[in-house]
Amino acid sequence: MSPAYTTGSGGRGARVADRLRRVDRVGDGILFGLCSLAALLGVGTLLLVGYQVVDGAMPAISKFGLGFLVHTTWQPNFNVYGAGSVLFGTVVSSFVALAIGAPIAVAIGLFLSLLAPKGVRGAISPLVEMLAAIPSVILGFWGIIVFAPFVQSDVEPRLHDSLGFIPLFGPPQSTGAGVFTASLILVIMIIPIIASISRDLFLAVPGDVQDGASALGATRWEVVRGVVLPSTASGILAASLLGLGRALGEAIAVTQVIGSGSAIHSSLFETGDTMAARIANQFPGYLNAMHEASLYYLGAILLVIGLVSNLLAQWIGRRFDYRRRIAK
Amino acid sequence: MSAAGEHSFDPTAPLTPSGNLRRRRAFSRLAEYGATGAAVLAVGVLAIVVYTVAARGLPAIDLEFLTTSEPTGILPAIVGTVVIVALATAVAMPVGVLTALYLTEFASGGRIDRVVRLTLDLINGVPSIVIGIVIFRLLVEGRPQFAFAGSVALAIIELPLIARGSQEVLLLVPGSLREAAEALGVSRWRTVLGITLPSAMGGILTSTVLAVARAAGETAPLILLSSVFDPRFVSFNPSEALPNIPATIFALSEEANPEGFARAWGSSLVLLSAILFASLAARALLGRSRARMTG
Repeated sequence: MSPAYTTGSGGRGARVADRLRRVDRVGDGILFGLCSLAALLGVGTLLLVGYQVVDGAMPAISKFGLGFLVHTTWQPNFNVYGAGSVLFGTVVSSFVALAIGAPIAVAIGLFLSLLAPKGVRGAISPLVEMLAAIPSVILGFWGIIVFAPFVQSDVEPRLHDSLGFIPLFGPPQSTGAGVFTASLILVIMIIPIIASISRDLFLAVPGDVQDGASALGATRWEVVRGVVLPSTASGILAASLLGLGRALGEAIAVTQVIGSGSAIHSSLFETGDTMAARIANQFPGYLNAMHEASLYYLGAILLVIGLVSNLLAQWIGRRFDYRRRIAK
Repeated sequence: MSAAGEHSFDPTAPLTPSGNLRRRRAFSRLAEYGATGAAVLAVGVLAIVVYTVAARGLPAIDLEFLTTSEPTGILPAIVGTVVIVALATAVAMPVGVLTALYLTEFASGGRIDRVVRLTLDLINGVPSIVIGIVIFRLLVEGRPQFAFAGSVALAIIELPLIARGSQEVLLLVPGSLREAAEALGVSRWRTVLGITLPSAMGGILTSTVLAVARAAGETAPLILLSSVFDPRFVSFNPSEALPNIPATIFALSEEANPEGFARAWGSSLVLLSAILFASLAARALLGRSRARMTG
């Protein structure tokens, strides 16, 4: 660094150079310190979040133990808490959302990367991502006022008539608020996540591999089926896990449309509740310390599930990177 | 191809696929329609939601709605949202940009960098309601709610978005610029402040705007941290609970009151148009600054 400042031996030039060098050393140190501090602050925040949730849940953890996960009674008035029914509702609503949303999102990704002309892609891509920008409270409000009545009067009767022999599709209920409607709202939330990731994955599949398949006589679908999807399967799985994590943790929109039922039903059209929704619903007015601790317990489970699905997505994305496999 | 079938070979027949190939092509076409249909569906849902909010919100909105307090208007909620989000961004932006600088300027590819990067992604995956109850426990429990607690929660939500977005643009700054500075003997901090940051500023601002758009609609932390408020007065004071649009919409949507619904639609339209406008503008900006930097 020094040569720029040395103007000669001794004299004023050397003193100025000396001072500048000192200033630079201090400036470099300060910048590095601030940057490291900021980076550490992020790490500290995550640790703090984890610690606080578990600490808040401690009374409930020591009282109910792991049995909390399977017990289905949640009665604040009697101070008895079990996460069984909300855990069930969380898993069911999220997986139904993923089962519906992931294929649609992957199809959108295929359309944007392989079918759409460049101009159309440039126009549609931001619109799909814009779906993710709609605040969940507005989506939930729309869901309960506009969407749920439509689902109740048009979608559920049809599904019940044609697939009613499967217990999942029981008779429609009176309001349309229920697990199925919540799943459909979650579908809207996870589609932009999975669609934009899979679009980028498909765009990165080398064109000459696809051209090779086409040259061998494969139709467009066969190119997708035989080349594009297999080489990106792990990435799609990772994207789906990210979407799943989003669906599991969504509180507001789900609270608004799921109907806050406390029982476990086999039919998707009945009301239910999820962990995040129950926290949003009951935390602002918790009755006593154990009630609060149990809600923190739900938060801790939610945090663990969220972190695990995220880590798993990262691990799969790296471990099975398709570029590495193609290169081999 | 069909010569093996019951048809005899006819060299003058037009070259159209038949049999197996026709089936494969039809299936392929069907798959194309399916993919196109999925994209249309997504855009259609967006259009329906935006249209519904606009159609039901517009009748509720007039000048009075935007400039007066309850019961005729939502000015206090607008001001409160702006204050809460502005404070959150004032916290999250410096931390986020500095974290991005750490990752791009000082990273050595070691274990600590990986941990920092992973942490950002993990924070992004923490459900916002969990962040809400944690900040409640840390700052609010046993005390009245106050708006700055909401800002802290929103800052945690914004942090990974700003840091990751800034990191991406910082990586786009041409290495030749840094090398030129280094060759001239310019120290690291002068290079960062004088060259790297200014050339990445467009992208950093873009990711900040996107983070603000995301934070402005976050509801879960605010119903725990700033939901017990007096909506009749405009206040800028973050040490008390401030009215805000998300919590207002949520509260109104839980009541079965048609007049409240009208106000909720109006509030939704205000919030949604602000958010969509911000994210569209940010996207346009991003496209421009990225094009300029990658030349």
